[in-house]
Amino acid sequence: MADERVVGIDLGTTNSLVAYMQGDRPVVIPGEDGSNLVPSVVALDPNGQIIVGNSARKYLIETADRAVYSVKRLMGRGVEDVTEELKLFPFRLADDLQPGEVMRIKLGDKDFTPPEISAYILRQLRRNAERFFGAPVKKAVITVPAYFNDAQRQATKDAGRIAGLDVLRLVNEPTAASLAYGLDQKKNGIVAVYDLGGGTFDISILKLHDGIFEVISTNGDTHLGGDDIDNLLIAIALDDIEGDLKIDIRRNAEVVQAIRKSVIDAKIALSTKDSTDLEVALPGGKHYQRTIPRALFEQMVEPILQRTIGPVKQALKDANLEPGQIDEVVLVGGSTRIPRVRQMVKELFQREPHSELNPDEVVALGAAVQAQILAGGSEATKDMLLLDVTPLSLGIEALGGVVAKIIQRNSTIPASATEHFTTGVEGQTAVAVHVVQGERELAKDCRSLARFDLRGIPPMPAGMPRIEVKFLIDANGILHVSAREQRSGKEAEISVQPSYGLTDEQVENMLLESFDYAEQDFAQRQVIEARNEANTILAALDKGRGGSAWQMLSNDERSAIAQQEKFLRDAMDKDDYQAIRQAIDSLNQGTMRLAELMMDSAVSSALKGKTFDEANVGEGPTAPHPFAPAEIDSKR
Amino acid sequence: MSAGLSYVRANMAVTHNHQSDAVQLDQRNGEKASCWSCGEMRAALFCESCGKLQPATPTDYFSFFGLPRKLNVDTARLERDFYQFSRKLHPDVFSRATPQEQEWSLQKSSQMNDAYRTLKDPIARTEYLLKLEGVQMEEQSKQATERARQTGETKKQVVPPDLLEEVFELNMQLEEARTNKKMGETDENLARDLRQTKASLESKHHALDDELKSYWNEWDALIDRTESGDVDAIPEQERRSVRDKMVDLLNRRSYIRNLVRDVNEVLE
Repeated sequence: MADERVVGIDLGTTNSLVAYMQGDRPVVIPGEDGSNLVPSVVALDPNGQIIVGNSARKYLIETADRAVYSVKRLMGRGVEDVTEELKLFPFRLADDLQPGEVMRIKLGDKDFTPPEISAYILRQLRRNAERFFGAPVKKAVITVPAYFNDAQRQATKDAGRIAGLDVLRLVNEPTAASLAYGLDQKKNGIVAVYDLGGGTFDISILKLHDGIFEVISTNGDTHLGGDDIDNLLIAIALDDIEGDLKIDIRRNAEVVQAIRKSVIDAKIALSTKDSTDLEVALPGGKHYQRTIPRALFEQMVEPILQRTIGPVKQALKDANLEPGQIDEVVLVGGSTRIPRVRQMVKELFQREPHSELNPDEVVALGAAVQAQILAGGSEATKDMLLLDVTPLSLGIEALGGVVAKIIQRNSTIPASATEHFTTGVEGQTAVAVHVVQGERELAKDCRSLARFDLRGIPPMPAGMPRIEVKFLIDANGILHVSAREQRSGKEAEISVQPSYGLTDEQVENMLLESFDYAEQDFAQRQVIEARNEANTILAALDKGRGGSAWQMLSNDERSAIAQQEKFLRDAMDKDDYQAIRQAIDSLNQGTMRLAELMMDSAVSSALKGKTFDEANVGEGPTAPHPFAPAEIDSKR
Repeated sequence: MSAGLSYVRANMAVTHNHQSDAVQLDQRNGEKASCWSCGEMRAALFCESCGKLQPATPTDYFSFFGLPRKLNVDTARLERDFYQFSRKLHPDVFSRATPQEQEWSLQKSSQMNDAYRTLKDPIARTEYLLKLEGVQMEEQSKQATERARQTGETKKQVVPPDLLEEVFELNMQLEEARTNKKMGETDENLARDLRQTKASLESKHHALDDELKSYWNEWDALIDRTESGDVDAIPEQERRSVRDKMVDLLNRRSYIRNLVRDVNEVLE
């Protein structure tokens, strides 16, 4: 059993979870409020504190410009990619963004890049795990959609680093789900995983046998999910409201968010009911209400669901399989609860899909299994091995803007390719390589990954240098490049300009900042807690002053207490929690006798005319001292 | 770390015959490098003595799997070997090992995946062998066409002689169909003709598979005739003869595939 705790994390568009292997079964770790799901919502409260999860959600409706949701849709993407979509979000980008810079989102007066926001969610999950174990947690497996490209994966890894985690592996979500399923069912065969979440869609086809989970093909759409359904319904509601009630509330972010909440509730209700009502309170005392039968809902969202069919067909084609050859179909993601989705999947594969495992939790459970595999030493997982693939072809931009594919999609990873380049000009000492991902013929239609400058080439006549460039896609699906000039044997220096990502230096800085912030966070929490305690003890003191016990104290004792009280009130005005604690402790000391006297009188009045047990001894001497905290925690 | 060592050791026996093939490769090259961990004689994948993972060496794909350079391959056995090697080489297995071993595992498993992917597919396998034999395949791909279109250079055309007339006819039909399509018209007769041509091309394509198999057998026979199983022992003349036949076939095959693709595009 590994000494160090390793966890599996599902960093989802809508909800995030953390899980671990408990013996031979993976189990989700709940948050402080007892819920397994942490909504992927991050908000800035009026005090400038970052709030994550359920508590952050209310800020969406109250102060929508201080809250972010579905940040996963912005990870690893450029500003130009998301301008359309940003119109539907209540949050805004920072005003001072330079072209080519990673986007920053405004939350109140602060701004953050998407990886930083995701890092807050990860930190919350990490805290939940640490609270659960009573021990630090540093290592995690984090899941990503299978169809995520290199930039999106790198952004996720960056988020992990900023959150202070050692990301052992990025695992593709459908593959993780299959691990949970395979562990559960222990069957061999061909499995198709249909994963429709909040923001992304993946279809993966795997071969399971003797503990090996081999992905044969994968496809998807990183821009297709429950959010699109929500946005469609919101648009319809806004049109209704504008049409019927003649109000344009599009600019009112808080009302739009209220509509969004109502739309989501309705969507969920329609999974079990035939009809539901959409109800929203509008400004000016007006009210929007509409009944939505399930049939109408299905009609409205059909075009969105139809978008999953193309990728499914392509994945089957790439795997060289007919739908009938699939042995099992597994449903993953909250959106697969929609009855029409289930029906569609059943039609596609001509069989009933599996959903025994909770579609919201199965990915996190699978991540926990993989975390255990990497940590080693578990009977349940010792024969398990994941063989995943890269979802997109990797290519180099060649003369004329055409893509020369060097690694084909669905190649098992780790995968590599070696290419040779030369110089075009006499004495040229650097060569630029533009790497793209995608299936299109022209580089401009593919996803730009990065431009690699290979420097330090010894000057030679044009065409003489033979620069060997090795491209390697690692087990996380992330690209590494190394280059060597073969005639001189010199390793070329490679400077990478990620097209949509943070440089290593930027991530390091964010990590350092986050320490400061975390410390600040920690310190601020301590101050708040200390102040709360101080208030309790001061309230008890006020009460005590009005009682008979106070009269029994000497003048010296009373003036000592008064001094300590003043000392405490002064300390509370400052932000130094240690000073407050010290003041609390000295006031406690000073009021020990007062407390005893108060208890004695309480006991005697309680006992007067009663027998010992009738006097409810539980409130007597064994009860916690009213002026001291219930537990003595020397670690403070 | 010791858990990793005993895990590898326990499986040493199973892969032993592969390792001895790989060792032979090393001996042929005159290399007798020693194991970085225990100093004993090193094998290509794992040290025979202490079982530690060794650095990646440039190895051809056939040797990696301990296979002779024959074109007929037992793909079922290849798959089994692939899984066996994966269990030992995959980075997940080395997640708690030294950074150096992790690096080697990354290199070796990518080498293995590349090897498996190439050897598994009949055409890729053939092309790979030809590459080892020093043959440069002429690109018939759409890529080359695109490039030509972009840069204005003329694409190198290698039209199989037996198809010359058909191709001429077909190109005219394709032009006509493309023009129709642009103008939104459909000519049912033309479409039917094109479909027929496509069917005929497809059956030619299938026939090529059998022809290729026969060349494989020829090649393998050459290897079998040598005592050592060493390709270099075969006279160059005989090698070239089989090679050229395979190159020609692959070109024809590629050409036909492109034609079929062009017809499909226009019929969509």
